[in-house]
Amino acid sequence: MAALAPATPANPSPVMSGSAFDPMRRRLLLPAWLMIGFFLVLPVLMMLVYSFLTKEFRGGVIWEFSAASYDQFFFDRGLFGDEPARIEWTYITIFWRSIVQAFVATVICLLIGFPTAYFIATRPDSTRNIWLFLVTVPYWVNLLIRTVSMKFLIRDNGPLNEWLMMAGLIDSPIHLINTNIAVQLGLFYSYLPFMVLPIYASVERFNFSLAEAAADLYASRWTILRRVILPAVKPGIIAGCILVFVPSLGAFLAPDLLGGAKNFMIGSLIEEQFKGNAGNWPFGAACSMILLSMVLLVLMLYARNQARAGVQ
Amino acid sequence: MKFRQTVLSSVLAASLGLGVSTAQAEGSLSIYHWFEYIPQELLDKFAKENDVEVTMDTFDSNESMLASLKAGKMGSYDVAVPGDYMVEIMAGEGLLDTFESSELSNFGNIEDQWVDVDFDKGRKHSIPYQWGSTSFMVNRDVYKEDIRTTDIIFNPPAELEGKINVLDSQGEVIALASLHLGIPQCTQDRELLKSLNALLQDAKPKWASFNSDGAKDVLVSGDAAVGMIWNGFGAKAREEGANVEYSYPKEGYVVWMDNVVLLKDAPNRDNAIKFMDFLLEPENIAAVTNFARYTAGVKGVGELLDADLKASPEANPPADAPAGTFVAVCDEETQKFYDQIWTNLKK
Repeated sequence: MAALAPATPANPSPVMSGSAFDPMRRRLLLPAWLMIGFFLVLPVLMMLVYSFLTKEFRGGVIWEFSAASYDQFFFDRGLFGDEPARIEWTYITIFWRSIVQAFVATVICLLIGFPTAYFIATRPDSTRNIWLFLVTVPYWVNLLIRTVSMKFLIRDNGPLNEWLMMAGLIDSPIHLINTNIAVQLGLFYSYLPFMVLPIYASVERFNFSLAEAAADLYASRWTILRRVILPAVKPGIIAGCILVFVPSLGAFLAPDLLGGAKNFMIGSLIEEQFKGNAGNWPFGAACSMILLSMVLLVLMLYARNQARAGVQ
Repeated sequence: MKFRQTVLSSVLAASLGLGVSTAQAEGSLSIYHWFEYIPQELLDKFAKENDVEVTMDTFDSNESMLASLKAGKMGSYDVAVPGDYMVEIMAGEGLLDTFESSELSNFGNIEDQWVDVDFDKGRKHSIPYQWGSTSFMVNRDVYKEDIRTTDIIFNPPAELEGKINVLDSQGEVIALASLHLGIPQCTQDRELLKSLNALLQDAKPKWASFNSDGAKDVLVSGDAAVGMIWNGFGAKAREEGANVEYSYPKEGYVVWMDNVVLLKDAPNRDNAIKFMDFLLEPENIAAVTNFARYTAGVKGVGELLDADLKASPEANPPADAPAGTFVAVCDEETQKFYDQIWTNLKK
């Protein structure tokens, strides 16, 4: 490596010559590796280690190996801990609830996000940026503020209900606050641009003469959408779905503020272990690891799909 | 949710300029405090009188403060303001420094009933800050019958079902539920624990939400007709125009006291002592009481309070109200059951 260093300035295009380039590349990649190591690998490793330690009463850990956290997650031994072990549904229920919620939010975002993105991508160049701008403007406001505002809008005597009643559309207020619908509203509103933007990027690159060709060949509009457009923009849709699904899975602002915090979500369950009364750090770490594994699994399936699509 | 509160309070703190003080001060003082619990003018006054730079971070629950201190924040703060049971826990964890009463020239100002308290015998680590009660408020437009019973929360009449907000606070909810059942707070008796678990499970479908930092807001906005709340926070809800009444239930209610504690490894122990002495001065602690609407534990504060606060129904229990009960500190073996009951409640 040292011997090659003086040669580098003499060679105007080291990028082209394979062997001289490698050490250079390694050096240039060092900051990236450091970033990944420091901000990704290290914290995840810490979490992994903590999840296998013994809990200390009221927060903290004792440095002794223990699988108690994973045991607590999967096995139920009753309120007093002396019944025969059964499958623990509590945490599975919490995870399942979060997954269903994230899934519904993703579907709603897709149903609204796809037409929106399609609409924007088919506007003339001159107005397209304005539409994009309009989609992103609300996101300059902090997520917390937006969620609280939503709460104000939909409460029983809030503007939404007052307007509907004034317009004579309803007689009594629709009760939305502290319901699952409110949570979905919050999630959908929070993550819609994450769906719109990747799909927009795909649709914009789509060659519309293909759609015209299909129409010339007597394909119906539905068939064109299904057989021509959707396959072409699929990567954007999948990227959008992942970008919405993953943060929705860990969301706790919307469930807490709009749903009334009556049920734990994955996010609030984990938080409770570190900051709440339970103070069970290893269990919090174990929940995080289980969540992380699930997300990784989804991403790996996606990557495998992509690779397969690439081969085809 | 607590994260959200922390964000809110830090945004608030930043926008109010908390922690900003004289540019070149002699020393410094670092406070770890609840959100919205001390008037900025009072911090400025202390900074000016003693020529120290005062910085303050805020927390939103005793538990999150403990977690943060245990996660490596010890040594960065001089004083903190834990509730009664948390003083006992922190002392047990070895997080507190001790002082002699002679170090505080105003130690004698502490009201007699608060000098020798169970959570800090003889006041070796802490001085009183504010105390108050935790119970609930009822919107009198919605419900006009008798409200001095914990049935309102745990066995509500039909017209209040689905309109109840409870604090998102394990200790206080379980303590109030135990008072409702008339059972001890730290028990290993299986039948009693089962009945507690069943009570909460039955009550939950009749509750609308769990919310602590919004406890006042849900009452003022009308989202909830009944809300578990701290008495001073409740007084603010009433002052903001809600037709709500604070209840001192016949079954009992929770009392608490927040205390200023001297932290171990305090970087500015001298200033911490000065600050504690400062807060035992009736004039200063009265400013806190007027701001927070609770009650001070210092002699001679009475005449310095706002007139409306002196007469407030939240701060003055009716003559026939039972005495309040502190949240008890259970041992690890027992606490496990209560943590499980709380998880069951929120699963």
